[in-house]
Amino acid sequence: MANTKSSMQLISRGILSENPIFKLALSMCPAVGISTTVMNGFLLGVAVLFVQVFSSVTISIFKNMIHPRIRIPTYTLTIATWVTVIDLVLAAYMPGAYSQMGIFVKLIVAFAIITMRLEMFACKESVKDSFSDAIGMGLGFMVGMMVIGVVRELLGLGTILGYDILGFRPLLFFILPCAGFFVVGLMMAFFNWLEMEYKRRKRVS
Amino acid sequence: MTKLIFKMLLATLLLFSSQAWAGQLIVEQSFGDGPEILLKFAHPVDKATAENIASYTVYEENDPDIRIKPSDAVLATDGVTLDLKFAENLNRAQTHVVEVRGLSSEPAVTNVSKSYLGYLLSILISALLVNNFVFTKYLGLCVFFGTSKRKSTAKGMGVVFTIVMVLSACMSWFFYQFFLIPFDLNFLQIVVFIGLVSLTVQAVDTILRKVNPILFNSFGVYLVLVIANCVVIAVPLILANNNYNILETIMLSLGAGGGFLLALYLMSSVNERLELAKIPPSFKGLPIAFIVAGQFAMAFLGFSGLKIF
Repeated sequence: MANTKSSMQLISRGILSENPIFKLALSMCPAVGISTTVMNGFLLGVAVLFVQVFSSVTISIFKNMIHPRIRIPTYTLTIATWVTVIDLVLAAYMPGAYSQMGIFVKLIVAFAIITMRLEMFACKESVKDSFSDAIGMGLGFMVGMMVIGVVRELLGLGTILGYDILGFRPLLFFILPCAGFFVVGLMMAFFNWLEMEYKRRKRVS
Repeated sequence: MTKLIFKMLLATLLLFSSQAWAGQLIVEQSFGDGPEILLKFAHPVDKATAENIASYTVYEENDPDIRIKPSDAVLATDGVTLDLKFAENLNRAQTHVVEVRGLSSEPAVTNVSKSYLGYLLSILISALLVNNFVFTKYLGLCVFFGTSKRKSTAKGMGVVFTIVMVLSACMSWFFYQFFLIPFDLNFLQIVVFIGLVSLTVQAVDTILRKVNPILFNSFGVYLVLVIANCVVIAVPLILANNNYNILETIMLSLGAGGGFLLALYLMSSVNERLELAKIPPSFKGLPIAFIVAGQFAMAFLGFSGLKIF
């Protein structure tokens, strides 16, 4: 039961066992699209975390006042409102990073992960649990984005967060658009392999 | 008597037309092959003035403050064709305004633009291939990976997407031009667009159910997936950013929908064969689909140099 879990469990579930990118395979577009550097991944992660937390809390507060038949439009409009907020804030305070992320900040409105968490969690559970769940999911998304960002930035530019690590550029290919597909695909395969190996060892011992 | 009237009419017509010619110093204007603008004057002009680059003022129509300085002006030996050269490439998508002073009593102004049909086609081709929404912009990946298992599903999905995209883009354009801009409500973009998209999907659903139940039975299931999908919502956002007019909007949405259909069809053809292939267990499902999509994306990189118009 979800309501017997502590906040810590809810948060760690979002980051590990139900990671939005690697486990649930939702919101793949930004994971492939703008994870070219760690910084981009981090910033979009922050934006998603913000939208997820505020939408979850909003829906959780008003859950008893929302008629079930119009719940999906209500979710969409709630998310759209919070996306507008973060969009304007980023455009005003971080114009450089904002222009790099391009249209993806506005497209947070269409991310499946946020609507899904509202539908599955926030409309049933208490405000506190919804908050923890949203933090977990948002952090999970952020971590996923940053992990892909580390791989692509390190292999593509030889840097992490702009600091030179390797001193040379191993494969510029990795910051090319199409490499996003390869990196995400290979990483998913790697995690699948880890899980299989883990289960096999467990069975043997 | 009638002959006389006819002659007078002809004379006035001739007079007017010759006056029109006299008022118009520049009779032909076009972009050249390189960074240049070609002008043709109505009559031979003074070589010294015509070759003096100070007598020209060039700017893009929507940026009158940013003057583009010509680097050289060459008058052909016939005295009417002028080649205005520039140091940097011109953005041919924009209409350029050229003002010429000193050659006639008042400055002659002319607009230089590409042929409009070619421009529209270039938007279509660009959205379809060069900037394919799936392979170079990474939009709609959830649906792309979810519904590209069978060719028939892929086709149905692509067609439904294209219809919804064109309809919702036209509606969003209308609202953007006539409500958001006049009332200065630009910050409501996201809220309004997502509302319009869901509305269009709902409308298509209801109309199709009544008008053509057979078509609805085959395509209706996909409609639910279209709501709040990033490809569909991206089109209105892009057209609002670029300030497109209605024709350009239709072309962009057609290109985006067609590109999505193309991507789904390609992917489903590969997926049908992947079912028979021997894949390492850890790659089964999504990982291999991602690798295949990556290879398609690499192939689509080849279109990036494509320039037709």
